[in-house]
Amino acid sequence: MNQQCNRSSDGGMIDRSKIIKFQFDGRAYEGHPGDTLASALLANGVILTARSFKYHRPRGICTAGPEEPNALVTLGRKGRSEPNIAATVIELFEGLEARSQNRWPSLRYDLLAVNSLIKPLLSAGFYYKTFMWPRSFWYALYEPMIRRAAGLGALQNRPDPDRYEHAHIHCDILIVGAGPAGLVAAKEASRSGARVLLVDDQPRPGGYLSGESLEIDGQPGAQWAHEFADELRAMDNVRMLARTTVTGRYDGMTFCAVERVSDHLRARNTKVADLPRQRLWTIHAEQFICAAGAIERPLVFDDNDRPGVMLAGAARRYLNQYGVLPGREVLIFTNNDDAYLTARDLSAAGADVIVIDTRKKAPAAKLLPGRLKVFFEHALTDVSGHNSLSSATMTPLVVKGPKQTMRCDLICISGGWNPTTHLLSHLGQKPQWSQKIAAYTMIDSGSNAFVTGGAAGLFELTQGMEDAAKTGRNAARACGFSTEERSVLPLVSPNSSYAIEPFWRLPKQLSDGSKSFVDLQNDVTVGDLELSEREGFGHAEHAKRYTTLGMGTDQGKLSNVNALGLLAELRDQTLSETGTTTYRPLYGPVALGALAGQRTGAEFAPVRHSAMHDWHAEQGAVFTHAGLWLRPYYYPRGDEGFATAVTREVRAVRSGVGMVDVSTLGKIEMKGPDAGNFLDHLYINSFSKMKIGRARYGAMLREDGMMFDDGTVSRLSREHYFITVTTVNAASVLQHMEFCHQTNWPELDVQFCSVSEAWSAMAVAGPKSREVLERVVEDLAIDNGAFPFMAVGNGTIGGAFVRIFRISFSGELAFEVYTDASYGQSVWEAIMRAGQSLDITAYGTEAMTVMRTEKGHVAGPELDGRTTAADLGLGRMMSQKKDFVGRRMAVRDDLVLDTVKQLVGLKPLLEGASFKMGAHLVEDPTGIGANVSQGHVTTAVYSPACDHFIGLALLSGGRNRVGERLYAVSPLHNEQVEVVVSDPVFVDPAGERTHV
Amino acid sequence: MRYSAGSLLRNALSGQMHWRKVWREPEPKSAYDVIIVGGGGHGLATAHYLARNHGITNVAVLEKGYLGNGNIGRNTTIVRSNYLCPDNIAFYDHSLKLWEGLSQDLNYNVMLSQRGVLNVFHTPAQRDAMIRRGNAMALQGVDAVLLNRAEVGKLVPIIDISPDARFPVLGGLLQPRGGSVRHDAVAWGYARSGDAQGIDIIQNCEVTGFAIENGKVRGVQSNKGPITAKKVAICVAGRSSLVAAMAGLRLPIESHVLQSYVTEPVKPILDTVVSFGAAHFAIVQSDKGGLVFNGDLDGYNSYAQRGNMEVLTSAAACAASFMPCFSRLRMLRHWGGINDMTMDGSPIITKTPVKGLYFNGGWCYGGFKATPTSGWTYAHLIANDEPHELAANYSLSRFETGALINESGSGPVPGKH
Amino acid sequence: MRIDCPWCGSRPLHEYAYSGDATTKRPDAERDADLSVWMDHVYLRDNPAGLHKEYWHHVSGCRSLLVVTRDTTTHLIESVSLAVQPSKGGKK
Repeated sequence: MNQQCNRSSDGGMIDRSKIIKFQFDGRAYEGHPGDTLASALLANGVILTARSFKYHRPRGICTAGPEEPNALVTLGRKGRSEPNIAATVIELFEGLEARSQNRWPSLRYDLLAVNSLIKPLLSAGFYYKTFMWPRSFWYALYEPMIRRAAGLGALQNRPDPDRYEHAHIHCDILIVGAGPAGLVAAKEASRSGARVLLVDDQPRPGGYLSGESLEIDGQPGAQWAHEFADELRAMDNVRMLARTTVTGRYDGMTFCAVERVSDHLRARNTKVADLPRQRLWTIHAEQFICAAGAIERPLVFDDNDRPGVMLAGAARRYLNQYGVLPGREVLIFTNNDDAYLTARDLSAAGADVIVIDTRKKAPAAKLLPGRLKVFFEHALTDVSGHNSLSSATMTPLVVKGPKQTMRCDLICISGGWNPTTHLLSHLGQKPQWSQKIAAYTMIDSGSNAFVTGGAAGLFELTQGMEDAAKTGRNAARACGFSTEERSVLPLVSPNSSYAIEPFWRLPKQLSDGSKSFVDLQNDVTVGDLELSEREGFGHAEHAKRYTTLGMGTDQGKLSNVNALGLLAELRDQTLSETGTTTYRPLYGPVALGALAGQRTGAEFAPVRHSAMHDWHAEQGAVFTHAGLWLRPYYYPRGDEGFATAVTREVRAVRSGVGMVDVSTLGKIEMKGPDAGNFLDHLYINSFSKMKIGRARYGAMLREDGMMFDDGTVSRLSREHYFITVTTVNAASVLQHMEFCHQTNWPELDVQFCSVSEAWSAMAVAGPKSREVLERVVEDLAIDNGAFPFMAVGNGTIGGAFVRIFRISFSGELAFEVYTDASYGQSVWEAIMRAGQSLDITAYGTEAMTVMRTEKGHVAGPELDGRTTAADLGLGRMMSQKKDFVGRRMAVRDDLVLDTVKQLVGLKPLLEGASFKMGAHLVEDPTGIGANVSQGHVTTAVYSPACDHFIGLALLSGGRNRVGERLYAVSPLHNEQVEVVVSDPVFVDPAGERTHV
Repeated sequence: MRYSAGSLLRNALSGQMHWRKVWREPEPKSAYDVIIVGGGGHGLATAHYLARNHGITNVAVLEKGYLGNGNIGRNTTIVRSNYLCPDNIAFYDHSLKLWEGLSQDLNYNVMLSQRGVLNVFHTPAQRDAMIRRGNAMALQGVDAVLLNRAEVGKLVPIIDISPDARFPVLGGLLQPRGGSVRHDAVAWGYARSGDAQGIDIIQNCEVTGFAIENGKVRGVQSNKGPITAKKVAICVAGRSSLVAAMAGLRLPIESHVLQSYVTEPVKPILDTVVSFGAAHFAIVQSDKGGLVFNGDLDGYNSYAQRGNMEVLTSAAACAASFMPCFSRLRMLRHWGGINDMTMDGSPIITKTPVKGLYFNGGWCYGGFKATPTSGWTYAHLIANDEPHELAANYSLSRFETGALINESGSGPVPGKH
Repeated sequence: MRIDCPWCGSRPLHEYAYSGDATTKRPDAERDADLSVWMDHVYLRDNPAGLHKEYWHHVSGCRSLLVVTRDTTTHLIESVSLAVQPSKGGKK
């Protein structure tokens, strides 16, 4: 085939000296640098590019920008395969592969085009009225059928090989759009010294000018823009981001933008691997200027979706920017002056052009060469052709006159231009209807925001640039910079004017009943909107939701205003009364990978390791996740399994000595004359009168009376306390303490901060623990007399300073050793070496769980935020003599009933039986299905000390039910086990072992 | 007009010209037996069940904006009953049963899609909590299945179940009957049915005050004038505190924004509704092909139906991490709904200190899936002046007595539920 | 959203933790034994649509509790102050 048959011999911003090879649907084509996929396809005469969503109608390229509703393709292969990308935004690169989508078996012959034939059934909202009979068919047939039809392109289930990153940028003035208005505004604002950030979604600045044939200051408009931009770029206080779409405006002058860093470089083998694919910018600005231009809207008439029907501005852009003449026999159908520029340019490029204008007259007609015919008060009907156009008919709108059918290969349509005010609406500002330009504009742009140029509805270039200069100065002034009024505005030739008369649809009597599309992507027709209104869904929001109008990938950029105009007509309202639906972020689609940035896969959240992590790993520890931490779960030896290893570790502690890494505990250092008093407010028990050099178990509540956290509080000196809190609550307890101090008791003279990362901590436990420590601890006597249970003291191990606490979670003689985290591993290893001859055993969190369960100590599963201290058997710790957080709410009537769930122990009735954590306790296991649960198993472990399973449970009225037989049922495991309620302490109830 | 094969065919042949308005647009009468304040899903469901279950049809539903403009139209469409607290399990499972028959009941296809709801867990502690929850469900006769890692991977192949994941998947709890419903259709279906039974649905009618005499409600003031009623029922998710304040009530509620996100439509790739234990994150693929998901609350009081960038990027990070193929899927749009968050994470359906004035609200994350039974039990309360047994514990007094229904266990910090 | 911390300057949202309504004051246990007083403090909220006085905790900054007056319908911040004013002898 004739390669690039539609390419003009000169003009445009493409580099004809270089060839780029690419494929579409497996067929090879050529284009040039500067092309988009769309312009290259058009250059090669490819008209049919896609199938529509519902009716699978053949579709072509409609626009030249990100608002493209039709020409969506799947780009790339394997992990880089990406569906639904508009061909109009894909910069052509060597080796590009694109495929059409939503068709089977091929784009040209699509079987689901049969939907078009049953269109009478598939009206808007048809599914709400049907598929209900018989009921079973919904699941078996209808719903699977609907789901299969869903979606446009397909996503591959493969990981994304590319990288994304997040970055922040601060500026005084953010300007969105580097068209003529944005450029001029940037220049004026930057002259004041303000830091200006100019962002544009195209590869090169110029915006609207890139697609025009006009001249500025004697230069072609696009060239003027490039030189102007170069001057700006040279300024220290101006930064420009190209290929960057500002996708959302958020509260507090925060904006989100996505920069396409390397997509267009992919095939050129530049060092793409070193670059992220895309970069998500968080922009913080003082002032915002919206200079995002305007988007053309189509006209609504019969078969206005045929391949070859294109927006007039897009056709002009293809010619002027890309050197592509998309048609030779051209009908231009318009209700406004702008399309006359297309007529002029296409005609000058050699096309036969006829203009069909719905209006009586057009000021712009004088732009046209005399030979060019204009049919006023006419409309276009009877568009024929299937995969491309063949002819259309010009039909008089008012008086009965002759119709005239003309051959055509391109129909350019223009229904007017909509200012791009999306970013101004994201914070809730509503656009207003302007009769003058027949479009919604933003009169009140909201605080710290300005709008100018086409985005302000200023469609005459000179006027737009004049306003932009003023706006640039105003924005700079709003930031506190001073500006001069002087500015020399560029001279535009020829300056265009803009006049329009709304034309929302073909009058009924002229329509032959063919589909007139309002939303091209979602296949929403005039008939659908009429039906919607007829059924009571006439409100703009109802119509959108009923017909799915504006819900496609283009988010209604082409369709919304036409739909509103149509609804206004149907409801006999003004467009001000109709109002708009809500514009929401994102302005254009953004890959989730870009939004996620670096935070994916293994980097989803940071991993925290204790200082002894390497040692654990060397010993072959199996790790478990605890919040962000990785903690040793158990240390298998040889081919030991989980249960064997844990049992061995527990036995080692109970009979000899073991050591566990408890560095993950939250640690808080507190000082000040009122520290004790403050702690008394926070904990249910008292610390102000505790002896110096002693530690004590403490429990704290939330203000609603529920258990919040537990740990130990030690008094190191008169005004100095050291506090440990649980791993999971480390951050929230500190926050709670600060909140209490700064809001409830600011008068207390106390200071505290987290020292969690500063200290490593290890618990040495077991009857031989003292013997081991005595071999390494210096400067502190730790015999039972000098250093009794709950004593605290300072010493050294191998020269490293240590704080030693004689506290026990395991129920054995035990010491917790704290040291500077940088010595953590060496102190750990020193103790390990000292204990080697006593067979010291490293144990993990599971062995710790077994031992704390044997002792009836509560932990996470019991502190689930729904239990009071009394429920957990800690009621007597609650001081009667002082106020503390949660005191009042903990004793509300229903929390002190005899029937509340209380902590108990459980044993299986039959030795050897086991039961599951998360099992529920019932009296009668046959009652499953009714609500018979009386409690649940919080913890269940095999106890080496008891040599059978034991558990802790929360059981209704549990404390008075010791000895009762119940069933622990786990329907999920199809399991029921008879259990006996017991006291929660299974080992050493008198606590003698800790005191030796 | 009943929807049937006949009515569909007749319209197909006549260019859809015979469909009538789905509901009337009446002006308010001066008096009603019952006024329901709020024309969202719950208000419209309440109206339907007042007529259907209790024969009360002299009812007006007053809606400030357009019908169904609140949370019914801006949620993630998920229905399920996989709760932990017994009251919630019973309530939401009743609701799920009503969902299962709703299209037939309303003669309006709400497009229930029961493709299962899967809660993925990552740690032994999360697993045990899920087992507790699944067993609580099973003990009340609700379907729950425990899956191991491989079974999760088989059911939802796009989940990253590799051990190298930052939070490796350990397993999941599946409720096979869970799924999704076309949300707008629920409002429209209830409205159509209520209207057909004689209930006046009045749009653009904002209640500006309550007429209260001697501790008894007499009606409301509105922008369409005063309207009297024997009973007035508040049902205004997202505005609960503001409307209740007009009757002098102060509630244990904070209003927070929950963002929802929707991606471009793609061919079916995710059949199951999935949530993850490593973060607040749930995702579903709609019948149109878009992936709809949400993450955390923004976390501070808000009546602005929009969210912030921090939560947006976190939610996207969840999607791209748990289901790596979503990295190249593109988000189209995000928005915010106002969740009235109670202090214990469970809703309130109750009489108030004002005689004849009822309150329904505080639905936290559960409002959409609760719609049928919320209407069912609220209608019962309004008709009988006595709570329905399913909602008896959804009282206001529970905060005073301590009989909380603490679904998440996180305490009176609504932003953290 | 950004909050202008009196110590640290204007900082993005993710540095802060929201800490709830700042209009309630914890009752004095000695004086206020009445449950209704505690209900007001722990559970009941005005939850206004408009200006809301609330605590924000600068957890990734100076760790001060700030009292922020913010419009809950627009997220515009009217004022920010420290929950605890520094004592006279202290730094400015």
